[in-house]
Amino acid sequence: MFVHALKQIGRFSFEILSSMGRALRLLSSALIRRPDHRNIPLIIGQVYQLGVLSILIIVCSGFAIGAVLALQGYTQLVRVGSESALGLGVALVLVMEIGPVVSALLFAGRAGSAVTAEIGLMKATEQLASMEMIGVDPIARIIAPRFWGGFIVLPLLALMFSVVGVWAGSLVAVDWLGVYSGSFWSVMEQGVDFFDHVMKGIIKSIVFGFVVIWISLYQGYDSLPTSEGLSTATTNTVVFSSVWILVLDFFLTLMMFEL
Amino acid sequence: MQSLKIEVLVGVFLLISLLCLGFLAVKVSGFSLGKSNDRYLLYSHFEQVGGLTVRSKVAISGVEIGQVLAIEYDQETMNARVTLEIDSSISNMPSDSTASILTEGLLGSKYISISLGAEDQTLSEGDEIFDTQSAVILEELIGKFLIEQF
Repeated sequence: MFVHALKQIGRFSFEILSSMGRALRLLSSALIRRPDHRNIPLIIGQVYQLGVLSILIIVCSGFAIGAVLALQGYTQLVRVGSESALGLGVALVLVMEIGPVVSALLFAGRAGSAVTAEIGLMKATEQLASMEMIGVDPIARIIAPRFWGGFIVLPLLALMFSVVGVWAGSLVAVDWLGVYSGSFWSVMEQGVDFFDHVMKGIIKSIVFGFVVIWISLYQGYDSLPTSEGLSTATTNTVVFSSVWILVLDFFLTLMMFEL
Repeated sequence: MQSLKIEVLVGVFLLISLLCLGFLAVKVSGFSLGKSNDRYLLYSHFEQVGGLTVRSKVAISGVEIGQVLAIEYDQETMNARVTLEIDSSISNMPSDSTASILTEGLLGSKYISISLGAEDQTLSEGDEIFDTQSAVILEELIGKFLIEQF
């Protein structure tokens, strides 16, 4: 009985280690290769698939979150008569935290799961294997462009998210609730520093983009070639990405806290 | 045709996100390069800076003309030495001007207000504002008030 339990633990940790190894091998083989100008159209295609098609969900969510932040912040700040700090609050929260985190979560749900399902289905229908048969490297042709596409796109989507959020916040605060627009923008400008706040948000979203697209590619590439395996892989992508985003957000904030 | 459309949309996407970066830099964080090039430095000593911070604003008649660059303890004069960075377009401040630390509103941040003097000589790079008024510390004020009461 005891030996059996030990065997289970051993098998479990072996599985975790070997899957980490396979994920690292996939990443390194996608990254370490000669840059090939013929791959650029493929990357542009992925920027379209992962980025341009995600704009709508990013803009809608950014607008709603910015508006809600302004509304909630206003009801609290107006009690102490400092609603002029509303712009600062909305902008800081969006640029440093909510922009990178929520756009990464949305990206994992919208684009990451699509990448996993696409590659998983390619694997299940043996398209990847037949590519290899005719001498085309599936890592160069399928994995690498998706990796670079996702890596480029997420920071840009996070920027859009923050900007739309700030704009929605100003719409609610200035045009609807009647906060004086001069103080809304000038307190924001004085309080938000480009290197201290905006850059930290950008660094966060670069890390998130790397992690999300890596998880998505690995889950698709490593999925079992069955319909159940495909559904597990897609679920894993969303679950693992979300958890990693939130955990990494904490550690990144901790690291950059005193910077 | 299809790939042309995709390329155009990707181009638009990249342009929009660059514009977003520009918006965050200029409008939200008030970031601008070379701001310190056309500025000059003034110094002044305060008995008490209480709550004044680096990047606090410096104003004349409430209009921002510069910011606080550094605050440090001066061992020779045994009080705080504040370095002010003033916009070079403000070039005719009389040398007997007064610098005082005031508070924006009741609970707002501290800033330096410069009241102009009457001297013909003007302040320029590296000069010191001798006439200063320290920050008012609310706790001290309340303490004095209580002592007077009893």
